[in-house]
Amino acid sequence: MTPPFNTPPAQPHSTSATRRRLCAALFTTDHRVIGIQYLVLALLSVVIGTLLSLLMRIHLVWPDWPLPLHGPILPEDYLALVTIHGTIMLFFVLTTAPQAGFGNLILPAQIGARSMAFPALNAASFWLTAAALLTLLSSTLVPGGAAISGWTAYPPLSAIPSSGPGQALGMDLWLTSIGLFAIASTASSINTLTTIVRNRCHGMTWERLPLTVWGWFTAALLSIIAFSVLLAALLLLFCDRHAGTSFFLPTGDLVNGILHQGGNGSPLLWLHLFWFFGHPEVYIAILPGMGLTSMLLANFSHRRVFAYRTMITTTLLIGLLGILLWGHHMFVAGLNPFASSAFSISTMAIALPAAAKVLSWLATIWRSRPSYKTPMLFALGFVSLFLTGGLTGPILAQPILDEYLHNTFFVVAHFHLIMAMAGIFGLYAATYYWFPLLTATSHHPGRLLSERLGHLHFWCTLLGAYAVFLPMHLTGLAGEPRHYAQLTGIPGPGGSLSPAGALLSHTLPLNRFITYTALFLATAQLIFLFNLARSLRKGKIASSNPWQATTLEWHPTMNPFPPLPASDTPDISVHRAPCQYQSNQVEISFLPQWAPIPFEQDEIEDVTDTKPE
Amino acid sequence: MICSRLTSACLPSLWLDRAAIRSPWLLPRDASAHGLALDHHLLLNLWIALALLALAHLILLIGLLARRHPEPTRLWRIEYLPLAALALLFAALTLKAERLWASSRYTGASPSALQVEVTGVQFAWYFRYPGPDATFGLTHPSLVAPGEGNPLGLSPTDPHSADDLVSSQLVLPANREVDLRLRAQDVIHGFSIPEMRLKQNAVPGQTIHLHFTPTAPGTYAILCTQLCGLGHYRMNATLLILPPDQFASWLAAKQKAAP
Repeated sequence: MTPPFNTPPAQPHSTSATRRRLCAALFTTDHRVIGIQYLVLALLSVVIGTLLSLLMRIHLVWPDWPLPLHGPILPEDYLALVTIHGTIMLFFVLTTAPQAGFGNLILPAQIGARSMAFPALNAASFWLTAAALLTLLSSTLVPGGAAISGWTAYPPLSAIPSSGPGQALGMDLWLTSIGLFAIASTASSINTLTTIVRNRCHGMTWERLPLTVWGWFTAALLSIIAFSVLLAALLLLFCDRHAGTSFFLPTGDLVNGILHQGGNGSPLLWLHLFWFFGHPEVYIAILPGMGLTSMLLANFSHRRVFAYRTMITTTLLIGLLGILLWGHHMFVAGLNPFASSAFSISTMAIALPAAAKVLSWLATIWRSRPSYKTPMLFALGFVSLFLTGGLTGPILAQPILDEYLHNTFFVVAHFHLIMAMAGIFGLYAATYYWFPLLTATSHHPGRLLSERLGHLHFWCTLLGAYAVFLPMHLTGLAGEPRHYAQLTGIPGPGGSLSPAGALLSHTLPLNRFITYTALFLATAQLIFLFNLARSLRKGKIASSNPWQATTLEWHPTMNPFPPLPASDTPDISVHRAPCQYQSNQVEISFLPQWAPIPFEQDEIEDVTDTKPE
Repeated sequence: MICSRLTSACLPSLWLDRAAIRSPWLLPRDASAHGLALDHHLLLNLWIALALLALAHLILLIGLLARRHPEPTRLWRIEYLPLAALALLFAALTLKAERLWASSRYTGASPSALQVEVTGVQFAWYFRYPGPDATFGLTHPSLVAPGEGNPLGLSPTDPHSADDLVSSQLVLPANREVDLRLRAQDVIHGFSIPEMRLKQNAVPGQTIHLHFTPTAPGTYAILCTQLCGLGHYRMNATLLILPPDQFASWLAAKQKAAP
């Protein structure tokens, strides 16, 4: 199939022919185009999600500011913002872009495959995801507005339409959207897994798989387990809403004068099912970024990845432990206290494979004098943010401390640093690194993003990320709870001077600071959008392997430009593990996985599994 | 105090705001018996996290700035020894945390503890005292009528409910253990008193017990910390801790006023 992306303007055709070409271009089964479609969807989503978060920040510190064309932001509007922000960011940005976007664009090439295992299923997954996004966005326009129960949608709030505005049609649309997304993600993960298992080229053994592929592989495994459970939970909730069942509703539940008299279910069942999905979801979002960080640090340091096999093991271990610790979201939710202790231990345990990764990253770049290209900077930023966000994880994993910190801004700071910011840094690193492959077509070679703008973008984003999320730890320690639509003028039993009002208003100065820095952080992203728009047309032309990378996606025949007739395509085979860099050799300092020359075999012997001293 | 130092270290601009923060120590003051140990453990954890953060960033920076050197290969020294050290550290923290958790949650309150029932309703907290008969009367959701002064649905036919006291303020005596039974009428609510270092969800269909001992008399905020609908942010109440004798007279006055 011809890559229809960036097809030059067609000659005057009949309109039906043009329409057919457009249809073919849109509904293509070419994995590269599908990858780009996913990335465009994620970019659109991240812009919307960021704007929503700014509205939240602005409303918190200037509650009287009326939103143009809407009016004042009411408490239910604020909660709808929270819900749509969380849902969009987690599902349509952090799951879609690394796993489906770059997964489609890069994964087949990295294992030497020409296509994904199921191209039609792949296209169907994308269009289902797009339909899910449209459904979610359309829920803001229905009477009552969008759902207000957060991305976790705890029942009975989410199960009973009378529990609040947005919980009627808005909630149904939310359920439909996430249901579609779950089906799409499961299908796409089956595709990813099959591709990795079946479509590897000759010589691409499991040990030689780049760590990015291991990240996609583990995330896909988790996706299948997690999203199928989520889909089941969504169906049960839908039945509770419309089919008179009582999976999550206890007898005698009285919401806004409406009494539930059916069977006796438990809201805790939803929490178990949701978090059984929800926690692995966090790892689905971050695992591809971890894999990419490992590869980029090695690439730009001209080093092997330190302890390659340990990195593979820890990736799989994180995946395994990731499905065993959902209960740490439920320490104060009514879980048996003994169960909390058990989940606390499994949560503490996952800190070890995560720490092993950090140690490997530090060792890989230790005294390597790396070249500071923008992708490398973002990979280093990933390490820093992963550390900062990760170190508060063991604190929150202790039930006794969670008893104070649960649902405060301390938690918000924790997961935004480790998942959102580190995740976005991973995505930026991927974008700057793979931009030549993203932009190459059969008509022109790929382009590079501007390095100067990239450096500026990196420093502003790093500074902004820390300035926004570090102070949130402090407001959280001071007691500020999440999901509060207002911090001032809260009517309480004692009037405006109620103890609750006093507690909240004391966090205001810091909250103002956070809002200012959030505005700065969001503005800094305009640098990236500008860079993107400019480099798409005027960016520097990239050579076929601009970063001296060793992985297969940079193999000349994997590049769409210049196009090779199918008969001329040489067979690709892999001869060694990735990241074979040699610091001592002057003429050839790196050996790509595909290069057949077995020169000085002794020196390039795989030493990743070094014997202990 | 330590936290304020932390603040000024990371964010110099906050010096300006220091005056607005009511106490230099950013955690609200502790007024419960178990809170001291919790604060101590939290502080220890924060310091350890901060130290590890600084150490890792230092290694990162030195590694980036120092001149190029052959790549490290000593897997044991670089990977496994630090991991073993971290495992020990996390195990010690877990052990200590589990002991604190066990002492506050594994066993119930002593039989002599003051019994109070807490009910979360969109968007208010109600507190019920069992009265002289020391037994809570039956409630039924179909009898709930906030407009008629029966927000909890107390059953008039149950003799135990006649002397039950329902209050919108939680009043407790200092230095006596309290056994709270948490309930929710409609959706999940989060019962939280930051100054008592307490947080526990109230779940519809469940009665969850929570016990603690307040120590310092005063008024404290009770918040809802689980998203419960559009009025979530204003679902708060006040906890009033009184010296035991004042509490007794408050209870007596309340009982006299009751019909």
